[in-house]
Amino acid sequence: MNDGAGTTATPAQSPRTIPSPSSVDESSEKLYGLLAEFETPAAIVSAAKKVHEAGYKWWDCCAPFPVHGLDKAMGIRPTILPWLVLGAGITGGTLGMLLQWFTNATNLELWSGPIWVTGYAFLVSGKPFASVPTWIPVMFEMTVLLAAIGAVVFLLLLNKLPQLYHPCFKNERFARVTDDRFFIIIEAKDPLFYRAKTQQLLTSLGATAVEEVQA
Amino acid sequence: MTTLPLDNTFDDPTRRAPLVLNHDDFGSVTNTICGVNERPKPPRAWYIAFAISSTFLMVLGILIGYLFWTGVGVWGNQNPAMWGFPIVNFVFWVGIGHAGTLISAILYLFRQKWRTAINRFAEAMTIFAVICAGMFPGIHVGRVWVSYWLFPIPNQMEMWPQFRSPLLWDVFAVGTYFTVSLLFWYVGMIPDLATLRDRATTKLKAISYGIFALGWRGSMRHWHRYERTYLLLAALATPLVLSVHSVVSFDFAVAQVPGWHTTIFPPYFVAGAIFSGFAMVMTLAIPARQWWGLKDFITLRHLETMNKIILVTGSMVGYAYIMEFFTAWYSGAMYESFAFVNRMFGQYAWAYWIMVTCNVIIPQLFWFKKARQSIPIMFGICLLVNVGMWFERFVIIVTSLSQDHLPANWDYFHPTWVDLTMLAGSFGLFMTLFLLFIRYLPVIAIAEVKAIMPAANPHAHDHDKEASA
Repeated sequence: MNDGAGTTATPAQSPRTIPSPSSVDESSEKLYGLLAEFETPAAIVSAAKKVHEAGYKWWDCCAPFPVHGLDKAMGIRPTILPWLVLGAGITGGTLGMLLQWFTNATNLELWSGPIWVTGYAFLVSGKPFASVPTWIPVMFEMTVLLAAIGAVVFLLLLNKLPQLYHPCFKNERFARVTDDRFFIIIEAKDPLFYRAKTQQLLTSLGATAVEEVQA
Repeated sequence: MTTLPLDNTFDDPTRRAPLVLNHDDFGSVTNTICGVNERPKPPRAWYIAFAISSTFLMVLGILIGYLFWTGVGVWGNQNPAMWGFPIVNFVFWVGIGHAGTLISAILYLFRQKWRTAINRFAEAMTIFAVICAGMFPGIHVGRVWVSYWLFPIPNQMEMWPQFRSPLLWDVFAVGTYFTVSLLFWYVGMIPDLATLRDRATTKLKAISYGIFALGWRGSMRHWHRYERTYLLLAALATPLVLSVHSVVSFDFAVAQVPGWHTTIFPPYFVAGAIFSGFAMVMTLAIPARQWWGLKDFITLRHLETMNKIILVTGSMVGYAYIMEFFTAWYSGAMYESFAFVNRMFGQYAWAYWIMVTCNVIIPQLFWFKKARQSIPIMFGICLLVNVGMWFERFVIIVTSLSQDHLPANWDYFHPTWVDLTMLAGSFGLFMTLFLLFIRYLPVIAIAEVKAIMPAANPHAHDHDKEASA
């Protein structure tokens, strides 16, 4: 079943070099961190729990899909994102209301970027200028529109994406992170990071491979 | 691992039916799905389909040019039926889109895991259908060079759109619907684009997939926010999809025309939209799974489930047909009663009965398990539902306008060759976009399919380990 796995491990697009662990000095400034490979979701969840308990702060797990319970095992706190989306939605609804009120119910003049714009009080069938019930559809659509755009924009901002380069991409094994392998990366800048000790920890957690990643 | 069943259409409630057949590890899932995009040449059927659809697209382009040059008189739109084919096509295509959002958003909120096999291309279908839909009102305005008047853009004439009109609500509803569907589709696709990037064999592929993958590296901290965003987008898209066809139905329901002015329209339109959309999903899924070897993911059980939804929504539509007739009679309003009797037995009775046959009577075959599981039967029924749902919009729009309150206005609507060819051309546009999508983008949500496989459950493996230890 795994017949294509061989092809995935040899991506030809970039000259990725694997540094052999022995060739790099422990005090090397260029060291980004240690990359440990795991083969199953269960292995990475139990390993992540241990790394979290060991007290590391600058570390991450990478997986081809969101592994159930891995965020809890890593101790990731709930994201603030829903509140930001709520704010974006409220802004959208308010903007939708103000837009309709200004353009159809007032004669106000406003400075809008390049030019002055003037509202126009439309009289339609003798209805009130501010026909609030007829504003509901557009207010609703604007709420959804801004909330959805906000959700995606805040997702990218909080995740610091797009980030087309990452030290891990130089590692050949890491190409399978979007296929069928699971990784733990402990960064060298973590105060608890000691080259040998950290490698020992990762190996003891059942990693199938532990490799250095250069910054 | 254990032997996997080849047939997952059993009805045993004590056993959970597998959603993916013949694949028990993540690598083979990646290989099969990426194989659709990575094979050097698509199947011959793709070339034939692409040749036909791009020809129709070209004809559509030429006809749009002809329309702009000559004016809307090239269509059959004449007093009193000023809304002819363009608006029929608009409502038809918007409706098609709704199934995609239903599958991607509503079924996600209901935790219907089977949706993962079909949500990606159902969402793609939504986007392409909304593109076709948005085109028709755009070219229907006549003077296309002022179609920006649809939007509240500050201008030197100090002129604003009139927000009390449902037609303007439509601009906002369809615009929002397109944007949100596109975002939902793209966000869902980012991890899979990263998969294609990491497997790319040429520099061009690596760069082009790489740019759109945004440097996704499967970080769990990213996944954590990503899952939240996906849930929020689903929660936003769910009321949105219900609102869009409701607003489309307001175009009619808010008017005074007999046969349009009814409160049943919003739910009736939404049910019809989902009904027609599922039929279109089936129309696309059945050949796609055949030609690209995706039968292990889009299994017979998936198709059967969709057939059940078609049966349910088709019956809802049938109920609405009966109910609006009843309401017209019960209201005692002369014009309403006339409009509905006229639909059934008047000049356009042929269209009405095509609609009833295709939408209400024929889908009842899906009560039978044999029909739900036979590929030729379900394909035939779905094609007929597509036809029937187009005629539903034709019946609503054209019959009501042709014979309204004032008999002096009455006339019979005749479509021109431009009307008919543009309808065919819109299918060309739709199919061309869809075929390009199948060729270059991941057709099945790879990451999502992996997450619903038994192997993805970390606890199951714990037990295995304990047992072996």
